[in-house]
Amino acid sequence: MIPWTAPLVLALMLFLLGLLGLLARRGLVFVLMSIEIMLNAAGLLFVAAGARWGNPDGQIMFIFVLNLAGAELALGLILLLRIRARLPDLDADAADLLRDAP
Amino acid sequence: MTAQLLWLVPGLPLLGAVVLGCCGRVLPARVAGAIGAGSVGAAGLVAAVIALRWWHQAPAGDVVIDPLWSWMALPGFSSRIALYLDPVSLLMTLVITLVGFLIHLFSTEYMAGEDGYSRYFAYLNLFVAAMLLLVLASDLLVMFVGWEGVGVCSYLLVGFWYGDPANGYAAQKSFIVTRIADIAMLAGLLLLSLQLGTLDIQPMLAAARADWAPGAMAPTLAALLLLIGGWGKSAQAPLHTWLPDAMAGPTPVSALIHAATMVTAGVYLVVRLHGLFEMAPAVLDVIALGAVATLLIAACCALVQSDIKRVLAYSTMSQIGYMFLALGAGAWGAALFHFLTHAVFKALLFLSAGAITMRLHHEQNIFKMGGLRGELPIAFWSFLVGAASLAALPLVSAGFFSKEMVLGAAWARPGLGAVMWVAGITGAFLTAVYSFRAVFLVFLGPVTTRVSGSYGVRIWLPLCVLAAVALGIGWLETPAFLGGAQIFAAMLAPVLGAGVVERLPLLVPVAGMVVPVAGVVVSYGLYRSGFWHAQAVRPAGVLRRFLGSGMGFDALFEVTLVRPYLWLVAVLRRDPVDRLFDVLRDVAMAAHRWLRAGQGGKLRRYAAWLVAGSAAAVLCVVFA
Repeated sequence: MIPWTAPLVLALMLFLLGLLGLLARRGLVFVLMSIEIMLNAAGLLFVAAGARWGNPDGQIMFIFVLNLAGAELALGLILLLRIRARLPDLDADAADLLRDAP
Repeated sequence: MTAQLLWLVPGLPLLGAVVLGCCGRVLPARVAGAIGAGSVGAAGLVAAVIALRWWHQAPAGDVVIDPLWSWMALPGFSSRIALYLDPVSLLMTLVITLVGFLIHLFSTEYMAGEDGYSRYFAYLNLFVAAMLLLVLASDLLVMFVGWEGVGVCSYLLVGFWYGDPANGYAAQKSFIVTRIADIAMLAGLLLLSLQLGTLDIQPMLAAARADWAPGAMAPTLAALLLLIGGWGKSAQAPLHTWLPDAMAGPTPVSALIHAATMVTAGVYLVVRLHGLFEMAPAVLDVIALGAVATLLIAACCALVQSDIKRVLAYSTMSQIGYMFLALGAGAWGAALFHFLTHAVFKALLFLSAGAITMRLHHEQNIFKMGGLRGELPIAFWSFLVGAASLAALPLVSAGFFSKEMVLGAAWARPGLGAVMWVAGITGAFLTAVYSFRAVFLVFLGPVTTRVSGSYGVRIWLPLCVLAAVALGIGWLETPAFLGGAQIFAAMLAPVLGAGVVERLPLLVPVAGMVVPVAGVVVSYGLYRSGFWHAQAVRPAGVLRRFLGSGMGFDALFEVTLVRPYLWLVAVLRRDPVDRLFDVLRDVAMAAHRWLRAGQGGKLRRYAAWLVAGSAAAVLCVVFA
């Protein structure tokens, strides 16, 4: 029997990994992957919490998170394709077309 | 019958102005001149017919009213456009139309070949029409329309040669100064209409007599406000500064402004409303003192002018000062008699001055003239007659009789009478000196200028007619020791009351006869001794510069009114109140600049801020 805090630590580590990826990587594909990792960390937290209190709601929420991640990924990939059509490469720092032009 | 003809008197010049104004460009100059002079001449003819019928049999009550239209009828106030003819307005009408006609006739030749010939006559006709409306109005509101019309026309005519900016400036000055005075007049009209409920002159005066006590606040204030308006139009100190500059217009225009229209409006206003002014004895004192100041100031300034027209301009101010002197003494008839003679001899003087300058290539400096007696005999004799009348040389001139009447009335006035008489007799001396200074400088001595051209009938005929009238018209009203004729006073008696024959000490008529002659002798002595010519050669001293600039009134107004006004304009141009609200704008702009720096479009920076914000929120929840 693993202690109930272990998945929490894992979830925290996953989330921080995702966050680090989001802040540090410039490739937009990796940025999307980092977001997925952070969503998975949240899902793991739901499942672990459901197991801790013997409540199925955690698993239901996990399914919602999966849906959310799928929908988000679909939009993200579309945007990615559009950016690829307009810019030479998928650089997050170069994709600043919505900035407030001076 | 008279009532049916009356509307033609202001109507004909107005029609002439409209015709010339609308299609003057396509009319040949001869036709335009004929319309311009003809319309005023026809109005003069109608006025003469009315006057002859009046002479034959005066209408009932000595008044003819022609109610043309109702202007406005409001609860508590109504005004109608009606013409009111009584002996006073009949006299004014005759002078305006007949003298005006002679000036028009003179103009047709004087202005020949000028650009804007028909425009000139359109303005001139409008001027006469406005003045006729002014004198014939039954209602003060209608009179005010004529009053302002006269002001507009003077603006248009003084600035007739608008190509030179100085003329435009002079025109603006004449308009603005009289407008400032008109504000006081308008305030007076408002006061009268609010207090008495009508501006129809006769009912208004009746109401004033019924409602107000003599010497009370209301009539004094109303009379004072109207007087300020009259001062402005009549160029009395301190509102006289526009008149010398108004010489920028063509010379016949000056004749018209000074003789028949415009400047006599103030005198007429006071005479027309003498019922009101009699109820304000304090205002009569003000009139008397203002007249004393004006006639002395103007006479002194005239002594040093080098421009022949400016000499005449200052003489007009001085002579209108005499009219106001008579008004201040309550001698309405004397004021009107001096108006009559002045209209004749001042028109004569200005037209002869125009006749002189048109032969000298419009040279107006009297120091550059000389010896013109032999070259221009017609101009010489007419100018001499005019100057004699202006100087009031005894017996031979009309000015003598009217000035005698004014001075007699001044002497007889209780209170200020002695001061007024002394000022008047001093002014008479100065008048003789400066008017004959011009005569001697222009006509005596060696010929110094080239004379060209010749006079047509339209130049010499008006001069001869006016000279003949200026010699003879004084005998309408003579002092007791010269027959005591009272034709003029008898004519005005229904309006102004029978003149009281004053018993004057011998000093008054004797001084009135001796002083002008002495002035001429002194002027001749100064001419022979070269004093006058020295004015042209020697650099001007302080006194002469002071007098030459019109006693510094322009500089005074420049410092007290124009500069502060321009300073205020310069301050307000930057809109100081609006600057207050610029602070709001500046704060918003600074915040904008600061916040827009966050909109860099960098995804990772946004994410970092999100993380920082979330972490801060979590920390707040956990530790707070």
